[in-house]
Amino acid sequence: MIDVDLSLVNWSRAQFAFTAMYHWIFVPLTLGLSFLCAFYETIYLKTGDEQWKTITRFWMTLFGINFAIGVATGIILEFEFGTNWSNYSWMVGDIFGAPLAIEGIFAFFMEASFFAVMFFGWNRVSKRFHCFSTWMVAIGSNLSAVWILIANGWMQNPVGMVFNPEIARFEMENFAAVVFNPVAVSKFTHTSSSGFVMASAFVLTVSSWYLLKKKHVEMAKKSIIVASVFGLVASVFVGFTGDEAAYEVAQKQPMKLAAMEGLYKGERGAGLVAMGIVNSTKEPGDVQDAFLLEVRIPEVLSLLANREAGSFVPGIDDLVYGNTEEGVMGVNTMMEKGKLALVDLAAFREAKKNNLEHVAADALQRFEVNKEFMGYGYLDKPEEAVPPVNIVFNAFHLMVVMGTILPAVFAAFLFYTFKNSITEQRWLLPVGLFMGLFGLLAQQAGWVTAEVGRQPWAIQGLMPVKIATTNLSTTSVQITFAMFAVVFTILLIAEISIMLKQIAIGPEGH
Amino acid sequence: MISNLDYVTLQQLWWVICSVVGALFLFLTFVQGGQTLLWQVAKSETESALVVNSLGRKWELTFSTLVLFGGALFASFPLFYSTSFGGAYWVWILILFTFIIQAVSYEYRTKPANVWGAKTYELFLFINGTVGVLLIGAAVGTFYTGSSFSLNDMNQVSWQYTLAGVNLRGLEAAFSIFNLSLGLFLVFNARVLGALYLLNNIDLSAVSVMEGRLRKQVWTNFLCSLPFLLYVVVAILLRKGFGVDENGTVSMVSFKYLFNLLALPHLLLMLLGGLALVIWGVFIGAFKGSTKGIWPAGLGTVLVGLCVLCLPAFNSTAFYPSTFDLQSSLTIYNASSSKFTLTTMTYVALAIPFLLAYIAYLWKKMDSQKLTTEEAMDPEAY
Ligand code: HDD
Ligand code: HEM
Ligand code: HEM
Repeated sequence: MIDVDLSLVNWSRAQFAFTAMYHWIFVPLTLGLSFLCAFYETIYLKTGDEQWKTITRFWMTLFGINFAIGVATGIILEFEFGTNWSNYSWMVGDIFGAPLAIEGIFAFFMEASFFAVMFFGWNRVSKRFHCFSTWMVAIGSNLSAVWILIANGWMQNPVGMVFNPEIARFEMENFAAVVFNPVAVSKFTHTSSSGFVMASAFVLTVSSWYLLKKKHVEMAKKSIIVASVFGLVASVFVGFTGDEAAYEVAQKQPMKLAAMEGLYKGERGAGLVAMGIVNSTKEPGDVQDAFLLEVRIPEVLSLLANREAGSFVPGIDDLVYGNTEEGVMGVNTMMEKGKLALVDLAAFREAKKNNLEHVAADALQRFEVNKEFMGYGYLDKPEEAVPPVNIVFNAFHLMVVMGTILPAVFAAFLFYTFKNSITEQRWLLPVGLFMGLFGLLAQQAGWVTAEVGRQPWAIQGLMPVKIATTNLSTTSVQITFAMFAVVFTILLIAEISIMLKQIAIGPEGH
Repeated sequence: MISNLDYVTLQQLWWVICSVVGALFLFLTFVQGGQTLLWQVAKSETESALVVNSLGRKWELTFSTLVLFGGALFASFPLFYSTSFGGAYWVWILILFTFIIQAVSYEYRTKPANVWGAKTYELFLFINGTVGVLLIGAAVGTFYTGSSFSLNDMNQVSWQYTLAGVNLRGLEAAFSIFNLSLGLFLVFNARVLGALYLLNNIDLSAVSVMEGRLRKQVWTNFLCSLPFLLYVVVAILLRKGFGVDENGTVSMVSFKYLFNLLALPHLLLMLLGGLALVIWGVFIGAFKGSTKGIWPAGLGTVLVGLCVLCLPAFNSTAFYPSTFDLQSSLTIYNASSSKFTLTTMTYVALAIPFLLAYIAYLWKKMDSQKLTTEEAMDPEAY
């Protein structure tokens, strides 16, 4: 019924992954730096101290450089759903398109209009109105995150819709359910706060450099106070919301959780792997150990995943082959049901076309029984439902490691700033230099966990990626992939060079 | 009230909303038009700075409108979104590339250490203003000329046009004289609007020579746009169109668009009124020393744009026709979202007037003083 060109699917995935990860280099900085600028400017407004204005304008310049390339890389993503995932777009446009349109209406215009005031309004509007505009830019950027994450959350946990067999597509039934999807809520809280962490870390990187070079010392110290408070608070929040995100994953995407933890054999009172080296030859169902080396904290995984000590956490083998004792239905069973559903759906549509109402009604009744497994009918073998464990495990653990380092460093910066000895911390300042990098690594690792972890699904349980693509020639996608790589690299080189130059010039040069 | 609207009304309403956004976008291409004028009207560094900074305060608005146009079509006509974007892959990808390179150019052009040099970024702006607008015109042209695709019973698109064995995925749209003419008309019209906008936005007292060049550009670009406009209008009136009968069967109907205009007189009024407004704007901008030509010309462009986008969609016409398989053609009725989604989105759309209001408010607040040479030459400026 469907013949799939896997190289096309993989190139389309590679292109989306590449462009999204690129966009995500810049966006978290936008999300957080906009708020930091608003904080700095508010302090200026309250104190009237010109030095705060200089600080504000300096960070705003860096914000602008970053923002431009964020926008440039963003437009492509929105249209890629149509160009490269057109079957997906048609099947779920009813639900998925809505948040994207709303994002445009509510967020992008707000951002765009107030952005002009923020950059060019210093002498054209009152101080108060200018500060207000800066806040609006910050709120606007974060609103755009709300809507895009509602869209993404829906892919991870599709809610609020029904399947319409007449036209073989999903239709929205409950808008509130889509908007208040628990996965979307935890995604937004975790992602926006992680953006705050990212920006605060970036401010520490630049400021540490100034302190090491003994340049712009007062400015750097002032910038650090605000950034380390913001960063510390946000990174604690990131920890809590990350825990919430993991809980949601455990409930809604148990296969992803199993991959994140490299858990093959499910157990009661499962332990959490603090560190481990994944055995890359391990296959589902075989007898090999999942790890070459591991450090496990007993019982904790059950607690985190189900909020209940000693509860059962299914592993990959349980999910693929089923575990009747614990009441886990395996992918193998779901596939059988799914294939039946697809056959009945085809029979229903065929009968409809030929106006055989009775036959159609019968087929529909049979379809209804198995329809929730429809997506599994597209899989060729049960093991296909397992995401690449190695990548997901490592990405997740990298994020968590960064999630412990970042708050510790923010706290140290804050501590020494209050003791007024930050400039003397010869060991801390070099660490501070790496904060931006740590943040970026955590960001990218987080998204790889989320997106690679949900493979093979474009929409969890309903639509595998391989049937979501546009029917293109692989060559076309290879060419556009190469074009993106070239153009984005050209732009990135310029952005880094300009950014470094502006940092070298420093706030007092403005 | 909204919850009582029936499905057909909602579908029509949403086509109008999308058309309004599209038509506003055409007005906002004054940014693109202005970009293509840069090398012609600005001969000194000060003049370049004025032009770039004046446009630089508006480019995001145009950009966001394009994004919104895409998003609104996705939500309300998903089958069009998937068929056109997925099918005419190369056209859309190329359009997007011209916008990617535009987005960084304002910010990076004069920044120290920008690696590629100011001229490169100006070239990016020029490409966006020419190739970008031309291809958008060609894509809109396919509403009238059709594309060669078919949809299977799962509504998956296959693109059929090949040249020497290579599937052009939409690039063939540029082989049609009609599509090209529409594109070229949009390019010249954008230049007219760009010149009118710059006249309105810049403090001309210190750059009277540039003012003269701008006024000249208004007129010459208007003249250049005329033949293409005339060709497009005449071709629309004379060509066969893609009509849909009661059973949903699509067939070629002679003088379809002419009949549509007569059947929908408000569209005819918009077309004529819009053209008149554009001419008026051009006239006062080119010859009367006025700085306000952008307003009538802009409004006129919106009205003409609305007519061009609505004409092939209403009165039982297929707006995204397939020349390969007539029955695969899309109408606003078979390509739309469900009633539930359209209703929900209509509630959301109630926010659009507020949106327009605050954009207008900020525009006024920021532009009440004209852009001066000092401001444009400020090191913080673009
Ligand atoms: C500074 C960045 C940062 C830091 C320090 C952390 N995260 Fe994170 N995390 C993200 C940035 C991020 C992210 C980039 O924002 C992601 C990607 C997708 C998402 O929703 O947020 C994410 C996703 C993400 C997911 C996957 C959600 C899904 O698949 O839907 C989980 C389970 C966690 N995080 C958990 C944690 C935990 C337990 C952390 C330890 C304190 C942590 N994160 C620190
Ligand atoms: C900006 C942060 C994001 C990053 C870094 C990111 C990363 C990725 C990666 C790595 C893949 C490839 C997975 C694979 O094929 O193994 C992917 C696929 C995809 N992502 Fe994301 N993603 C991001 C946000 C989003 C959001 C917000 C959405 C939806 C609104 C989304 C929708 C998709 C789609 C449609 C695909 C392709 C189909 C698929 O593989 O499922 N992504 N992304
Ligand atoms: C977690 C995922 C994402 C978040 C939080 C996010 C957020 C943002 C933000 C804050 C901006 C403002 C400009 C900047 O980047 O500096 C932006 C730009 C943009 N993003 Fe993303 N984005 C995400 C992923 C995506 C995806 C998957 C799409 C595709 C649908 C997308 C589409 C866009 C577009 C079109 C723009 C430019 C619009 C404009 O400002 O006119 N983003 N995004």
